[in-house]
Amino acid sequence: MARDITPEEIEAFCATIRRQATSSGYFLNPDEDFTRDLVKSLIVNRERYGYPSCPCRLASGIAAEDTDIVCPCDYRDPDLADSGACFCALYVSESIAKGERKAGPVPERRPAPEERGRPRSGDAAPSASLQYPVWRCRVCGYLCARDEPPDICPICKVKKERFERFM
Amino acid sequence: MEMNRIDGKNRGEITLFTLSTCIWCKKMKALLQEMAVAYQFVDVDLLDGAEKEKALEELKRFNPLCSFPSLVVNNSTCIVGFDETKIKETLKGE
Repeated sequence: MARDITPEEIEAFCATIRRQATSSGYFLNPDEDFTRDLVKSLIVNRERYGYPSCPCRLASGIAAEDTDIVCPCDYRDPDLADSGACFCALYVSESIAKGERKAGPVPERRPAPEERGRPRSGDAAPSASLQYPVWRCRVCGYLCARDEPPDICPICKVKKERFERFM
Repeated sequence: MEMNRIDGKNRGEITLFTLSTCIWCKKMKALLQEMAVAYQFVDVDLLDGAEKEKALEELKRFNPLCSFPSLVVNNSTCIVGFDETKIKETLKGE
């Protein structure tokens, strides 16, 4: 059985996520009990799998297969645009954050297990006419032209492995 | 596959596929409890390899995306996600 996670740990992780969200223009769910519950589940998954995968999706436990669902997931931004919330509703749109609207169920946009093995849309072949390759953050869409993607996305703070070759 | 059984009013054969970490799954269990409906559930993330595969095979018949929560009623209807209105409508009884 998993160990008990202390309220202080949850509070600390919550504060980190909130700080990163706020500094890059994202909003957390205003229902604090709901958000704390989700953050607790992120800690459970981080201990179980070694990375904080989405609490509302089944992780395989194999890091390379779960990259797209490490929070914040690859599907957060399109879900925010279409539904006003990410799949688990940890992240919400500004109007939901302000209490003007309520978060409803968000349809799953992650492909079915057998579809996931296919090459991603990104990882384009290098273009000979470019002086530098262009890298795209799969989480927030940030683009940069340099030899390697940055270790941490300057916009949404995800790690280097979340980048794909764009051009 | 080991199912957790919850007693309550009979509204057909109700099987709920959940994740122990999922807050919407938690809301689903709370709603069924509030409605006092009998059902069985399995937290798929807590199963071991072979059992997990078995549960996913079963779930795939009703919900190919294998997303959670999935509520299967009488081996035919599947309500995907915490859709409160639909759940109440489907399980309202006579």
